[in-house]
Formats: sequence, structure tokens, C-alpha cells
Amino acid sequence: MKLLTHNMLTSKCIRGVNVGYPLSINASDVRVADVDFNPDFISRMIPKIDWPVLYNAVERLGHVEDLPKETPVNYESNEDFLKKAHHALLEVEIIHGELVCPESGRKFPINNGIPNMLLNEDEI
Amino acid sequence: MSKMWKKYLLWFAQEHVEFRVSEIESLLSLLRIHMKYQEKPRDLQPYWVVEFSSEDDAKLLASRSVSLRTCLELWGHEPSLEKLHNTLHAKAEMLASYFPPNKSFKIEVETFCRHFTLQEKVEKIETFSYLPLQGEVNLKSPDIRLYYIEYYGTKALEPPELPYDVFFGRWVADGLRQLSKKLSLKTRKFIGNTSMDPQLSLLMANQAQIHDGDIVLDPFVGSGSLLVAAAQFGAYVFGSDIDYLMLHGRTKPSRIRQKKRENDESICANMQQYNLGHKYLDVLVNDFAMVFWKDSLEFDAVITDPPYGIREATERIGTEKEDCVVSDEHLATHVPAKIEYGIPSIYRDLLVFSAKHLRIGGRLVCWFPVFREDYTERCLPQHPCLKLVANSEQPLSKVTSRRLLTYEKIRQPSQSELEIRDISIQDFREKYFVLREETRKERRLREAAVRKENWEKYKENKK
Ligand SMILES: C[S@@+](CC[C@H](N)C(=O)[O-])C[C@H]1O[C@@H](n2cnc3c(N)ncnc32)[C@H](O)[C@@H]1O
Repeated sequence: MKLLTHNMLTSKCIRGVNVGYPLSINASDVRVADVDFNPDFISRMIPKIDWPVLYNAVERLGHVEDLPKETPVNYESNEDFLKKAHHALLEVEIIHGELVCPESGRKFPINNGIPNMLLNEDEI
Repeated sequence: MSKMWKKYLLWFAQEHVEFRVSEIESLLSLLRIHMKYQEKPRDLQPYWVVEFSSEDDAKLLASRSVSLRTCLELWGHEPSLEKLHNTLHAKAEMLASYFPPNKSFKIEVETFCRHFTLQEKVEKIETFSYLPLQGEVNLKSPDIRLYYIEYYGTKALEPPELPYDVFFGRWVADGLRQLSKKLSLKTRKFIGNTSMDPQLSLLMANQAQIHDGDIVLDPFVGSGSLLVAAAQFGAYVFGSDIDYLMLHGRTKPSRIRQKKRENDESICANMQQYNLGHKYLDVLVNDFAMVFWKDSLEFDAVITDPPYGIREATERIGTEKEDCVVSDEHLATHVPAKIEYGIPSIYRDLLVFSAKHLRIGGRLVCWFPVFREDYTERCLPQHPCLKLVANSEQPLSKVTSRRLLTYEKIRQPSQSELEIRDISIQDFREKYFVLREETRKERRLREAAVRKENWEKYKENKK
């Protein structure tokens, strides 16, 4: 699972959970993939990303490298920044681990890169 | 400068004829191409005579169309060969500029709905010997390909003696039929029982007006065949499905000869097979009735083939028991209980989700099953924020068909429009299974049992 995806998920559909965002991450296997860089796509994504959430997630996985804490102004023309954002959003992948609901503590296992967000019948 | 409009012949494949008009219309608007119709296209007729103001437009359209076989620059279109010869004779001088001595050429003959021997075809070609062709003939890779086409109507069993129409033109481009072959399910690494063939998948992606860099979701993703098509046109793709074993490539193999699935079958592996790995975002195991996407996430398109409960069960997680609690000791291995996810609820959820999560102008493209005798446009799922922009039928049997629906989001929904409970559509399966011996419930229980068995086996193997 990529951190772009993590940035887009909330567990607020669980009964009794209000915000459910961001999900915390426990990872036992993290891999860095090599993904073609598409600057237009990344700049289009930046406004949709919750940047502090992304920053904390990469930091937690130990891949923060020199990703800035905030998005710079005029990021569209800042290729160096877009490359770092690309790396954090699309290349750092959680292969095994779990996502945890910040309110209920409910855990969602990630196996072979695929998160299992199935709830049980008593949670909905 | 005024533009030079020229005539072109669009020659279509006679497969999935119902989708042709809406595919071309979607593409013209996506690619911002102006095309004039010489005459209104008729249903089964495999050709259209149209005009473009530049050959690039014709090529661009062909580069994305699945329905189109070939596009020609049209030099002559007449009701008989004799008239065609007259027309071409008159134009011979003008045509000469196309045929400098250093360009090789080839003339192909196509006869639609009537068979001719090679010898007969060669005789037809020879009647064009007056054309000012100066270069050499090259049958393998000519610089210029010319086509002579005879059209004998669409009734293959009783073609007329003479063709209704004859055409002559210069080849400009072919449609995407090669791509459908490349993406064939026969050679695809990971397929499931309900994988969609590439032709229809690409058509759906065109209906969705997929554009380079779009974000696309299939919420009933199965083996991901629709995502392959979307990614092929440049989209970044997400998918989700309730079936854990499906997404992990651990269901029973779908190929008759295959005993066991390979270890690395997955949607991601399919993307890699076609060099589209960089377009794959993620897939989630997820019940569509319980969405985990954050509210502000916008998709450019949602394309999907929801379960109709004919070939697969339609279920969501839930229970009819009150105050049900799964105890901790059972939690790790608990397989969630499921209840029926009826067709009206599936489509309500799908339309409300799309109204919420599509960008304005973004499209939802999905199949919808109907009984042909009951069908009226009014029985299709509706939402005030989604405009139905295309609707084509694919017959499945004498009595049933599925319709390919394309909706466009026209405005943001109000709170109450996100809470719509009922959309009054008929549950296709109610009737389907009344007409069959097996009841819905039996079917669902039987399939649930199979899945449980698969799951147990999977757990056994993992130990
Ligand atoms: C017609 S199939 C789609 C096939 C897909 N186009 C493919 O390429 O394989 C429908 C899919 O919906 C899934 N499904 C059924 N109920 C669901 C639910 N409540 N939530 C999410 N997916 C569900 C099934 O597991 C099945 O894979």
C-alpha cells in the first residue's frame, strides 16, 4: 500500500467513530519501488494531499529523507520538490503491517501490500 | 485561413454495434475534435461518411476508438463501380500528386457481406489501372494503401447480385483492434470468472473519457480488467472488492486447464504484464456498503461492473441478529457474516458515491441488468446530480440484457442528496430467479458455502 492511499483513507464508517483520520501505521515490511515520475500528476495531487499526514507517515516508516515539512509555494514548477513528493506518495510501500483506527483502536491488516478494510457485522 | 474539410470513410467492426455511436461521441468530446456527418449514421450500417478539417483529427480519433476498424480519406463513393470509375477518372489529375514515383503502393479489395475469390478480387483491382500510380507495387509494406470496398448490405445469407455502395479511398489509420488482442484474457496473467473482455473494457474507458493522469476507481474490481483498460489510456487506478481471496489471487483458477493459481497472480501483476505498473495505485479489500475513502477525495471517473447476483453472490457485511458481538477470541479468524446486498441498494450506493466523489464533469460508467420486456428509461437508476449521457444495450439472452450506462456529474450534491435512501428500481434478480428453479436464497447460501470452503482451504495451506 502506498502512502498516497493511506492519505485518502478514514475509518469513520465504523460505528461510534467520528473522524477516523489519519489511520496510524504499524509496518513490519516496507519496500521502496521504482515508479515512473509524472510531474503533472504529482502537482495535481498536492492540493488533495493532507501534507502533515503524509509527512508523519513517511517519517514513521523511516523514509523521510529530505522531504520538506511543508509544501513550498509555486510547487508546480519545483521539480526537485515534486520528485520528493513523488517518492513519498508512490514509491514507499507497506507490504506487511497494519493500519489502526485512531479512535477505536481497530486494526486493519495489510498483507502483500493489500489492506483488508473489512469490518465485522458488529462494527457497523 | 479557412479550413479544408475533407471527406473520410469510417469503417466499423460489426461487433458491439450498439456502443458505436456513444463511443465516437464520447471521443469527439474528449479529444475536442470537430466531425461533420454527411448523413445520419444508420444502426447496422458498418460505415459512416464524415468530414474532418484535418487528417490529424481523423488519426487522433482512430488512435482511441475500439469500434472503428479503419479510416480512409474518401475519394469516391457511388452506387455502382461504373460511376465510381467516372468519378475517379475526373479526379485523376488531382490524385496524381499523391503518387510520386518513389512511393510504393498497394490496392486492397474488401467486400462486405459477400465472398469473392482472390482471382475475382485481382480482376476488380485491374479495372483501376487508369489511376496515375507511378511507384512500385509493394504488398508487404506499401507507402500508400488504397482501398476499394464493395458493400452488399448486412444480410450475409442473401446478398444482392450487385453492391449497394462502392468506395475508394486512401488508408489513413486503423482503430484499436490490435490493442484488444494484446490485452486478450487468454494471455493475461490473472483473470477471474467475471473478467470483462478487453474490447468492452476499452469501450467503457472511452465512455468514461479517461484522460492521461486521471484517477479512476473500480469499487467492484474483481480481477481488475476494467482498470487495465483505464490505465492503458493513462489513468492511475484504484480498486476495491469484498472478496479477499480474489484480490490475493487465491480463488479457484478460472482457466479450465489450470489446476492451481500461480503464486504471484494479482491485479498489480496484470498491470506489470502490460508495462502499466506505474499506473497502479492500490486495491483494498472493502465492502462497498462501508466506504473508507475520505470525503474530500475526488475521482475523475468510476468504472465498474457491479455484481448482479447471477454469476456471483451480491452480499455485504451485516447481520439480521440484534446486538451481535464478535467475541475477542474469535476475532482473528472470524469471517464476517453477510446479508444480501440487493440491486437497488448497490445502485443507490454507487450513484450516491459517484455524486459525492466524482469531480464535476467526471463520469460514472457501469453495467445495469434489465428484463428487456420491462425496460423503459425510467427504470434506470437516477440521481439529481448525475446526468445520463449514454445508454446502450447488450442483449444477454432472449429475455435479459445489460445496459452500459454513462453518467456525468453536473453539480455538487446537497446533504439530503447524499442521504437518498431509495431509488426506485426493480430488483432484476427477483424476477430472474422466479423464472429459474433455484431461489435467490439457495443460490446465495450455496455460493457462501463454496467461499467458506475456499477460505478454510486457504487457511489450511497457510499453516
Ligand atoms: C461482476 S464482478 C466484477 C468483475 C471485474 N470487472 C473483473 O474484471 O473481474 C463483481 C465483483 O463485485 C464484488 N462484490 C460483491 N459484493 C461486493 C460488495 N458488497 N462490496 C465490494 N465488492 C463486492 C465481487 O466479489 C465481484 O468480484
